[in-house]
Amino acid sequence: MDFLDFLLHPLTLVTFFPLMGVLIILFMDKENKTAIRWTALITSLITFGISLWVLMLFNPANPDLQMVVDIPWIEVAGWEITYLMGIDGLSILLVLLTTFLTPISILSTWTAVEERVKEFMIFFLLLEIGMVGVFLSLDLFLFYVFWEFTLVPMYFLIGVWGGPNRVYAAVKFFLYTMAGSILMLLAILWLGISQGTFSVPELVATASIPGNIQIWLFLAFAAAFAIKVPMWPLHSWLPDAHVEAPTAGSVILAGVLLKMGTYGFLRFNLSLFPEASVKLAPWIAVLAVIGILYGAMVSYAQKDVKMLVAYSSVSHLGFVMLGLFAINSQGIEGGILQMINHGISTGALFLVVGMIYERRHTRDMDAFGGLWKVMPVYAAMTLIVVLSSMGLPGLNGFVGEFTILLGAFGSKVLNNPWFAALAAVGVILAAVYLLYMFNKMFMGPVDKDENRRLFDLNLREIVTLVPLLILIFWIGLYPSPFFNLMEASVTKLVESIQVAAMAGLP
Amino acid sequence: MTLGELTANLIKILPLCIVIVWACVILLVDLFIPKERKAWTAILSAIGLLVAMGFSIAQTGVDTEAFGGMLVVDGFSQFLTILVLSTGLAAVMLSYDYLNRLGIQRGEYYVLLMFSISGIMLMAMAADLIVIFLALELLSIPLYVLAGFARPRTDSEEAAIKYFLLGAFASGFLVYGVAIVFGATGYTGLTDILQSIQGGSVDMSLLAIGAALILVGLGFKVAAVPFHMWTPDVYQGAPSSVTAFMAVGAKVGGFAALMRIFVTSFGVLAMDFTAVLWGLAALTMILGNVVAIAQKNIKRMLAYSSIAQAGYILMALVPYGQKDVIVDAIAAALLYLIAYAFMSFAAWAVVITLEKAEGEGLQLSDYAGLGRKYPVLAAIMTVSMLSFTGIPPTLGFIGKFYLFRSVVEGGFIWLAIIGVLTSLVSAYYYLRVVIYMYMQDGEPVAQRDNWVYLTAAVTGVGMIVLGIFSLPLLKWAYQAAISAF
Repeated sequence: MDFLDFLLHPLTLVTFFPLMGVLIILFMDKENKTAIRWTALITSLITFGISLWVLMLFNPANPDLQMVVDIPWIEVAGWEITYLMGIDGLSILLVLLTTFLTPISILSTWTAVEERVKEFMIFFLLLEIGMVGVFLSLDLFLFYVFWEFTLVPMYFLIGVWGGPNRVYAAVKFFLYTMAGSILMLLAILWLGISQGTFSVPELVATASIPGNIQIWLFLAFAAAFAIKVPMWPLHSWLPDAHVEAPTAGSVILAGVLLKMGTYGFLRFNLSLFPEASVKLAPWIAVLAVIGILYGAMVSYAQKDVKMLVAYSSVSHLGFVMLGLFAINSQGIEGGILQMINHGISTGALFLVVGMIYERRHTRDMDAFGGLWKVMPVYAAMTLIVVLSSMGLPGLNGFVGEFTILLGAFGSKVLNNPWFAALAAVGVILAAVYLLYMFNKMFMGPVDKDENRRLFDLNLREIVTLVPLLILIFWIGLYPSPFFNLMEASVTKLVESIQVAAMAGLP
Repeated sequence: MTLGELTANLIKILPLCIVIVWACVILLVDLFIPKERKAWTAILSAIGLLVAMGFSIAQTGVDTEAFGGMLVVDGFSQFLTILVLSTGLAAVMLSYDYLNRLGIQRGEYYVLLMFSISGIMLMAMAADLIVIFLALELLSIPLYVLAGFARPRTDSEEAAIKYFLLGAFASGFLVYGVAIVFGATGYTGLTDILQSIQGGSVDMSLLAIGAALILVGLGFKVAAVPFHMWTPDVYQGAPSSVTAFMAVGAKVGGFAALMRIFVTSFGVLAMDFTAVLWGLAALTMILGNVVAIAQKNIKRMLAYSSIAQAGYILMALVPYGQKDVIVDAIAAALLYLIAYAFMSFAAWAVVITLEKAEGEGLQLSDYAGLGRKYPVLAAIMTVSMLSFTGIPPTLGFIGKFYLFRSVVEGGFIWLAIIGVLTSLVSAYYYLRVVIYMYMQDGEPVAQRDNWVYLTAAVTGVGMIVLGIFSLPLLKWAYQAAISAF
């Protein structure tokens, strides 16, 4: 593969195209904010276009990695590090989600971010590079580079443009995440040294890791991913980060960064350590179910809407984890779809919260009431998002959660219907806290004077939300194209886990 | 030794000769350079360093010994020579304007700097304990003077006297160790010592005591805990340009000697010394990083950070007895020394632009608002801090990755765990600098100085570019490590 082939490879382009925008913005006058915003938006839209091109080239029937870029990177003195990228059914939807949410987030900052727009957009586009890189890289070293790199722009986004307590939240975010990933780094090193390669496909095909060491490695990787997801009880950085982050930061944080954790479990833990995964699945499922219920209950107790949405993420991602560790096709497919759903619905919720915050500069639920009468368009759109988040049939959340519950019920690995039963309670709780919030803010009389003169959504805001609403309905009514994309890869993954785990079990 | 042999030997170590002779020449020439034209002294010394570097690069592939085996010229020494000459060059670039600002522009500064550089170069080539002692003194004595160069400022004088007293102690330990090793084996040449040990008539406990004393002496130089006491005060009191050089140069010298001595001669003591080095490395990483958290003065913070960094490099020596790991480990240490030089000079360059007379502008709070007012300087400082922490895609990450790899390969998982956990601790205080720069408001004033800016820019860009395209550096470090065996 020569340099030009590499440069024009669809996966290279979709990962590094935002760098073009960064370079252009770097040389723009920082006072020319509108031009900077447009540059960033157009860059991210082109990146989205490139990801659609990747989707066209993608063959859903093929369960293996596609469009592989394999270039020797650092090969000296026993280092076998390759620049290895590829895409398959496990990652394609997440790549699309990332490139889809980035322009939407940028659009949402149009009036919300007035300070240091130049730096903001640079960091945002750098973040996109990191996120797409995480989903595409298949060499553990390369993956770690992208994984750790995403910390830096996010740290700045929270720390510079966040709320009053932003520095604390940014540092907490950074240190928490780093704490997990350094343990993963050691596991990566151990794998690289003992197996002589960092390439994930090669490790999956050839690695023979004894059972008890698999458990340790599984736990080291899980430390990084569980903090990122976040799984109960490692979630305490999340509310701080979310509440302090600017709206666009929250959208990306909830929409994509958390998925890096669940994706990590899927791509690395399940594929690399199948025996350990099967053994530890019930434990993970226990944590997942606790997370579902705990997140839902704590959400209900919040007065701050953003905090409510933040905790609801803990609950929703519990579903994803439960699905993944059901270790059957339904569970994993539901899990992947739910990652996308959560990105869309929670992303939309954060946008909605951001819009009202821009108008009222408060997120306290008690400060609102009867908004439906003042802002009907806003209220209607919020209602759809809320219903989608709580899993109303016909909308996207239902499809994901239902598939996950089916998977968890039928799971041979979990082998206990209580997981699904308790998780189902979480669905009900979600309806409780979300409707409670909606009721409090939008229904009833307009009893606060400040709320009487709020203006409804403008065109830009509607444009920001509509693509998300379309997807909410699309996935809810006709999910099979999405399932088709992942089906072949998921089936292959489940089979390989079964084969490996059978070999390992007595 | 005939004149012809002498010449042949001197040509083998030509880069070193150039630096020493050039330093002497400048010492004379400087007398005729008027006070307001001292820039010439700086330029002349830079030229000398560049010429020496050119000759050193020309020696690529040479593997020979000089002066009857007391000096070796190989890839290892060449690697460190080039590193040290670059360090010296960067130090000159940082110094000139800074000395003017402090009103201490004197020609002997550059001469002393060059003598110290020649000491480190000698250290890199030394294959005999006597030469190592000689090199250590040659590298240290000019540094004692340089530390006090800002006289009559008391903290500078204090730094000098403290550095001198403790440095003299360290030298004493080293000499004593050399004497005992000589007593045990009858030799001072590193390979002779090895042969004597293999001969089998050596008192092992005596040898171990000697080796331990040598370790203590060099431990002082690299500022390993518990021999680090002098570091914060000296780093803080010395003029910043001196500190920048000292932080990198003295460590390079100390580690050069440690690696050469232990890998060449003391392999037989690996059983005991692996544990000792393990403890030293762990202690150094923990103490350096933890105490750095409490610092409010940037120079002190960087001092403790440099202690911590020494701990990471020390990790590479822990598996020194394992034949299949040690090449990797030495290569990792060499690579990390380069990374460390880049990160340090980037950070010190920024410190120097913000430092004002009377030691003002050195608190962390003086960095508030830097990101808004001087985005480039702040960006360079940020990259340096991230690189120190080991965040990809910086050179510091590659360096740490390689170090941890050799440690894990050597089977010291717990040391690696301590290493990564202390990295996490270090993230806290390195990020604090970033917080001040970007997330607090302030009106910092940076001195405009093109040479310092250039140093900062080169090191800043270098950390990222070499972090991504690190293959050439890795190859170079690996070749250098192989040649040492």
